[in-house]
Amino acid sequence: MNEDIIITEDLTKKFGSFIACDKISFSVKKGEIFGFLGANGAGKTTAIRMLCGLILPTSGKATIGGFDIYKDTEKIKLNIGYMSQKFSLYEDLTVKENIQFYGGIYRLSPKDIKERSKQLIGELGLESSENSLIKSLPLGWRQKLAFSIAIQHEPKIVFLDEPTSGVDPVTRRQFWDLIYKAAGRGISVFVTTHYMDEAEYCGRVSMMVAGKIEAMGTPKELKSRFNSGSMYEVFLHLARGAK
Amino acid sequence: MNSIEIKNIYKSYKDAKALENISFEVKKGEIFGLIGPDGAGKTTLFRILTTLLLKDSGSASVEGFDVEKDYKAIRNIIGYMPGRFSLYQDLTVEENLKFFATIFDTSIEDNYELIKDIYVQIEPFRKRKAGQLSGGMKQKLALCCALIHQPKVLFLDEPTTGVDPVSRHEFWEMLKKLKDKGITIMVSTPYMDEASLCDRIALIQSGRIMRIDTLDNIVSAFPGNLYAVKSGNMIALNFDLKDFSGISSSYIFGEYIHISLKKDNDENMIMEFLKMKGHSDIEISKLQPGIEDCFMELMNNPENR
Repeated sequence: MNEDIIITEDLTKKFGSFIACDKISFSVKKGEIFGFLGANGAGKTTAIRMLCGLILPTSGKATIGGFDIYKDTEKIKLNIGYMSQKFSLYEDLTVKENIQFYGGIYRLSPKDIKERSKQLIGELGLESSENSLIKSLPLGWRQKLAFSIAIQHEPKIVFLDEPTSGVDPVTRRQFWDLIYKAAGRGISVFVTTHYMDEAEYCGRVSMMVAGKIEAMGTPKELKSRFNSGSMYEVFLHLARGAK
Repeated sequence: MNSIEIKNIYKSYKDAKALENISFEVKKGEIFGLIGPDGAGKTTLFRILTTLLLKDSGSASVEGFDVEKDYKAIRNIIGYMPGRFSLYQDLTVEENLKFFATIFDTSIEDNYELIKDIYVQIEPFRKRKAGQLSGGMKQKLALCCALIHQPKVLFLDEPTTGVDPVSRHEFWEMLKKLKDKGITIMVSTPYMDEASLCDRIALIQSGRIMRIDTLDNIVSAFPGNLYAVKSGNMIALNFDLKDFSGISSSYIFGEYIHISLKKDNDENMIMEFLKMKGHSDIEISKLQPGIEDCFMELMNNPENR
């Protein structure tokens, strides 16, 4: 379990004179849940876009699942999963169609797609809704389904960008049960959130402030380092310090 | 004295019931929070109260004006900040503010006192297009625009969604100052922790209001015994606790798991069960419920389904 799925070294992205990501270095292990926190505009989205092979860094090094983020962007895309609050499933396709569509994109065989589709629908208890349009499903169900679809091709790592925003508290916790299960079978999880209680559920957390990673560690380490009772206080401490 | 009065409102979109029998009042000068997840019906209720949507039945008034008969009067005395960013992206900060002032037949100068505290924070960027502002800045500009005509009532639909904890905190500080100036504020949020900043709250889920009260009263009405549990292996603990029959609910909460014990069960039984399951470093302590504990308890209550 000690294999590093993400390794970055001085990863930097500039837009003109603006430095969105400033020499960020970290690693994420196989099966680790890594929380990527920071204020709005701290550079999280830029970092995620680089790690997913969507934009090229200005300088620095990084590999995702052993693939180079300059040269192997297409291979990276096949070996990761991604979901966000804003974009996940196609609303005008049914549950089944979304599963098939993403299965196809990730080049699963028709036989695999059929099997996984059945398994996935069974696990989520969506049998009665498999032919319903996504837009008719409650948000909580959609987000759980989106997550299951994002990992149906068994990626090495899944990127979750605010996956639980606006979701009710019960569903939010069911969602974390799914995250734990995925991590338990070796999928690394890279997650952003504005819910500070969720920061506690991560194995390790990094805190990004104005393009830099200002602190990184287990929630317990961070709380004791900043003499704080909760991750909320750690966040306030670090993000305020930047102003 | 009530600022907003809502009686037995129903609203459906085709087969989907968006609001079912909603009734409550908001007092003058109160910060009233509408708390619930996406899809609970919060925006529908806001749109009815701001006269942008017609209800199916029931009645509602704002500052004594009926939302249907007197819609023009209401539009002049309310400020509305919709959930989705409502400003003109291609206008600058200053132009947006001027535009909203002009619509209400007033000027920035006449109302500067009210928005001053907020506006000074975005004034350095007054020549920047709204579309190029960061999330926190946009939110401040939108609030200024909603305030520019000195409204009596402010409707804020999820102003802090997707906003980081620091900016959220600042935003609530601004709301407190507005309240001190006598403005009634109705605000919705999916973040349960913001309940503590409201005078009273309504917990809403699936188009129905589960409870309306002060936070203190809601929390003290929590039934059952709540405990916080922790062990050396939290992932296993989370799954193991769900198998224990003496617990009526078990939810992760940051570094602890909150469990509600059924009658005739005590913490020793949990301790024994967890030891049997091989857990070490077990901590169990009695707990005062928080707003999320209450919300989930109400969600699980058959009366609210």
